[in-house]
Amino acid sequence: MRALAAIYARLVGARIRSQLEYRLSVALQLVGVGLLTATDFVAIAVIFANVPALGDWSLGEVALLYALATISFALTDLVIGHLDLFPQMIREGTFDQILVRPLPSLLQVVASDFAVRRVGKALQGIAVLVFALATVEVDWTLGRVLAIPVAIAAGALIYGAVWVALATIAFWIVDAIELVNAFTYGGSFLSQYPIGIFARWLRGIVVFVVPLAFVAYFPALYVLDKEDTLGLPEALRFASPVVAVLASIAAAAVWRNAVRHYRSAGG
Amino acid sequence: MIELRDVEKRFVVRAKTGRLRRDRREVKAVDGISFSIERGAMVGYVGPNGAGKSTTVKMLTGILVPSSGQVRVAGLDPPRQRIELARRIGVVFGQRSQLWWDLPLADSFELLRHIYRVPAQRHRANLDRFAETLGLAAFMATPVRQLSLGQRMRGELTAALLHDPEIVFLDEPTIGLDVVAKAAVREFLAEVNRERGVTLLLTTHDLADIERLCSRLLIVDHGHLIWDGGLDELKRRYGQERTMVVDLEEAAPPLEVPGARVVKVDGPRQWLAFRRDETSAAELTAAVAARTRLLDLAIEETEIEEIVRRIYAAGAAPLAT
Amino acid sequence: MRLDWELARRGYRRYAAYPGATYAGLFTNVVFGFLIAYILLAVYEQADVIGGYDVRDAIAYVWIAQGLMSVVGIFGAGWYELARRVQTGDVATDLQRPLDIQRAELAQDVGRAGYQAVWRAVPQFVLGALLFELTLPQDAGRWLLFAVSVALAVLVGFGVRFLVNLCSFWLLDYRGPVILAIGANLVLSGAVMPLAFFPGALATLTRLTPFAAMLQAPIDIYVGTPLGGSTAAVLALQASWAIALYAAGRLVLTAGTRKLVIQGG
Repeated sequence: MRALAAIYARLVGARIRSQLEYRLSVALQLVGVGLLTATDFVAIAVIFANVPALGDWSLGEVALLYALATISFALTDLVIGHLDLFPQMIREGTFDQILVRPLPSLLQVVASDFAVRRVGKALQGIAVLVFALATVEVDWTLGRVLAIPVAIAAGALIYGAVWVALATIAFWIVDAIELVNAFTYGGSFLSQYPIGIFARWLRGIVVFVVPLAFVAYFPALYVLDKEDTLGLPEALRFASPVVAVLASIAAAAVWRNAVRHYRSAGG
Repeated sequence: MIELRDVEKRFVVRAKTGRLRRDRREVKAVDGISFSIERGAMVGYVGPNGAGKSTTVKMLTGILVPSSGQVRVAGLDPPRQRIELARRIGVVFGQRSQLWWDLPLADSFELLRHIYRVPAQRHRANLDRFAETLGLAAFMATPVRQLSLGQRMRGELTAALLHDPEIVFLDEPTIGLDVVAKAAVREFLAEVNRERGVTLLLTTHDLADIERLCSRLLIVDHGHLIWDGGLDELKRRYGQERTMVVDLEEAAPPLEVPGARVVKVDGPRQWLAFRRDETSAAELTAAVAARTRLLDLAIEETEIEEIVRRIYAAGAAPLAT
Repeated sequence: MRLDWELARRGYRRYAAYPGATYAGLFTNVVFGFLIAYILLAVYEQADVIGGYDVRDAIAYVWIAQGLMSVVGIFGAGWYELARRVQTGDVATDLQRPLDIQRAELAQDVGRAGYQAVWRAVPQFVLGALLFELTLPQDAGRWLLFAVSVALAVLVGFGVRFLVNLCSFWLLDYRGPVILAIGANLVLSGAVMPLAFFPGALATLTRLTPFAAMLQAPIDIYVGTPLGGSTAAVLALQASWAIALYAAGRLVLTAGTRKLVIQGG
């Protein structure tokens, strides 16, 4: 395991170094990305300029949701955002090249890029987090303090697992990547809001099927010590790390299966 | 070292027939191939496009899983032991790169050292040796995307050998290179085989590659192995005929020259076919020049496709396994 | 005129050649349509009218905006293709032909807009109308004015994109500024939230920008709350921006080509 992490660090380090050679360009793009993704928060700000609450969530509370979801997604995007180009890898035969190397294929695909400019998204999320924590009243305990970084890490893993699992569609239908984007970006957008405002069927999906509710919603309930109007079991508030691990295991299995299919049917 | 037995690879191909329906057809890309290659051999693997060459190589390198049959490479089972096998083999794709595009060449080598877990000293020794033989020093610091094809190919060869693989698979390694570069690559491969005992399986369309490097030739067509033997013997049986293309000063009726027959005429240009064992090129040139005014000439060797066609025409069945 | 039509057809067919991408884009729009619709429904539990929009207006906004965004070209594949072509030198070759580049690009863009209007915006709006309760104007006049407004919006959209792309004549690394422009465009056109929702004077000021003319203006007309209460005024504003941007584009293109010629590309 450690060896794999070391190899990942090396491969990604090389990419980061080559990008940092164009420091100004990266900085400009970073700012651009930050501002571009901040437009999502503009929506929330505009909403709360007109009404005092969304569901029974105040501006500060929604800002916390937004921040957790955004920072988590930014981390995932940094690490595997280039899965957008995965179909291209298959089409161009680069994936075959990967199979010829003595490393797990998923690790190589993940390590194949790291777009420094995406840090902009995380920075913007952190800014909103600061705002949120300044605005809401929290009964801070050690648990609640830790819950934030834990939620972010777990959230990033959950997004990552969902994205990887969805990206394997490319092994079957090479041009389906756009569909995947609808789900990954849509899912990220959805988790910025209290899930209670969405229709029942959608709520059920993001709690029990594609566990996006565990990225921000449940951790936020815990931190804010808020009552869950949906009446879901309180234990779910602490479940993010467990869900993240399970989701990752599931995603790895989906990937392995997909590669097996690729090696039998196509190539 | 490499062993295939009754290997088949079937693909399901969906073809659109009409607006909605799709016909499912089963295509046998590889239809019962068997051969074995011993350690230290240099073997050419040729055939027309679509013959099943790359499919076979993909099965040997662990990329594809055979539909049936047995594959053994370096004692390992490629589909099941992909990562272990990857450590023991090297692969060079003529048209694809295994180097990191944006990074200096030296960085690629360094990354590969870690990926293949080569001890630093061994890596250094190998790299120095290859750098010397292939003249890499001049462009070690250049980003790969700025290298010429010849330079890049030298880098690819080095990359494939740095971890001391037992077998190297090469797919069109000299494609697109100029004559000098091709010769350099061939010399390098011959030397590597000689000095390090690396087994080479070379897939190529370039007969000159085969002539220089391979004592043994496997020819595949339509998924079958139709030749497994020496190159000399192949030439003796099927490659005797060459074609001389002559450009005359003006259009003329087909030349009548002993030892050759005209197979095609296009204005002042004529194609003369002759047998290597009957007439030499020099003799033929003299004979043509004696009869007419000759502006220019060129000699075409028999293409692999042509040899394959002849093997089939001669009624050679797929080799019995 | 004939050439314009041919170029428009080409622009149309370039997108028609990838139905898969269109369906996928349509699917994305539908997903976001659903999400934003639910969000706005929750918002309207707290208020009856916001910025002159009632809840049915707001839902109509969602389903029109999602489709119109791609028609008007607020973002999407090919946003900075012109910028790229300027830098690769393809534009230089185009300049040597007896072709009015700006007009040619416009014609192709109109073709593209037509394709996306028919195959993305309309189906999506129909779906939204079937699944949600939204405003459907009863009077044909309003639909007509809406259509005119959309046409003008396409022209304005082209104008904005053309100008921003031309920055690549001067900026070697145009990606940063272009991303910024897209962000500004998103917010100020009303794609993120209706401009009518913006607090105080912002609701009015933002609607005077060319960005608003790309998206908010036609939607305001559809919903029946044009700025200042006058549909004619809004249409006039759109038309003015379209003309101004076209003229500005011409000037900048001339300046850019002059630079290209002097510097040798």
